[in-house]
Amino acid sequence: MITGTPKPIGEILEMVEPYDKIIVAGCHGCVTVCRVGGEKEVQVLASTIRLAREAGGRKIEIKEVSLERQCDPEYVELMRPYVEDYQAVLSIACGAGIQFLAEKFTVTPLLPGINTGFLGVTERQGEWAERCQGCGDCVLHLTGGICPVTRCAKSLFHGPCGGSVQGVCEVDKDIKCGWQLIIDRLKALDQMDNYGKLKPYKGWSSARDGGPRRILREDMI
Amino acid sequence: MLPCTGRIDEALLLKAFENGADGVMVVGCLEGDCHYVNGNIRARARVERVYGILETINIGPDRIRMYNLSAGEGSKFAAYANEFVEQILELGPSPINVARTSTDGITSQEEAA
Repeated sequence: MITGTPKPIGEILEMVEPYDKIIVAGCHGCVTVCRVGGEKEVQVLASTIRLAREAGGRKIEIKEVSLERQCDPEYVELMRPYVEDYQAVLSIACGAGIQFLAEKFTVTPLLPGINTGFLGVTERQGEWAERCQGCGDCVLHLTGGICPVTRCAKSLFHGPCGGSVQGVCEVDKDIKCGWQLIIDRLKALDQMDNYGKLKPYKGWSSARDGGPRRILREDMI
Repeated sequence: MLPCTGRIDEALLLKAFENGADGVMVVGCLEGDCHYVNGNIRARARVERVYGILETINIGPDRIRMYNLSAGEGSKFAAYANEFVEQILELGPSPINVARTSTDGITSQEEAA
C-alpha cells in the first residue's frame, strides 16, 4: 500500500487560514488501511480544524467526504457537483490522489493534509515498512523475494558494502542489511547460484530516473 | 449507547467538545477486566491522542480524562465525577464556549441596535 503520515495540525491550520468554507476529502484506499486518510481521519481532522478555528473566534464550514479512491476519475467526478461551492479542498489521500483532484478541479485550490510516505507493508498494527520503490524492473526471483533496491540503503546490486556489520546497516542500527537478508534467504532456499545471475548493471531508465512514468494498456483502451 | 469504551474513537470525543462540552470524562472498566479483552486499553490510547489534539489547538488536555472503574464501585464513580467537575469548574468554560458566548453577545447587541 501507499503509506503516509499526518501533517502537523499547526501546518494544516496555516494552510486553511485564508478560507472559511472547505472540503476535507479522504480516500477509502491505502490511506484508510494505514489510518491516515480514511473516513475516521476525515472526521477527526474536520473536528480539530472546526474547534481550533472557533476557539480563535473565526468559524469555518467544512464538508466531510470520503471517496472510494481519489486516484480514479469515476470516483473523483462525484465531487464535481459541489466542489466549486467551496473555497478549497484539503485532501488526506496520497500525493497521487491530491494531484488528481487538482487536475480535475482546476479552479479550486488543493491542500495536502498528509505527507505521503512509501510503498510498504503492515509489519504489525501501527507499524509500516518500505518494501518497493517501483523501479520498473523486478529482480525478486533472483534475490529470494527481498528487494535490493529498497532493502539496501545504497540500492546495491552485487552484495553488501563494507558498512554491513553483523547483519546491520551502517545507516541505522535498526535497519537490517538488505544484502545479508538476501544471502541468508538464498542459502535457506538453496538458491545461492542466483547470486551470480544478477545483471552486470541495472538500467534505471524504467525507474524514476527516466522521468514521470506512464503505463499504456492498449487492450484496455 | 456504547457497549464498551473500545467503541469510542477520537472523532466522538472531539464531537462532544464541538457540541459544547467543557470537559469529557471517559469511564471504562478496570484494566485487565474488559469483557471485550482490550476495549478499555484501546480507549485509553484514543483518549491520549485526543489529549495531544486538544493541547495543540489550545483547548487544553486537562479537559478530557479517562477513569477505570468496576460496575460495583458506585461511590467511587460519584467521587471521580465530583473530582472531574471540580477540575473543569476551575478551568472554566472551554475556549469554544467562550467564543460562542462572545459571538452571541455581539449578535444580541447588533440585533438590539
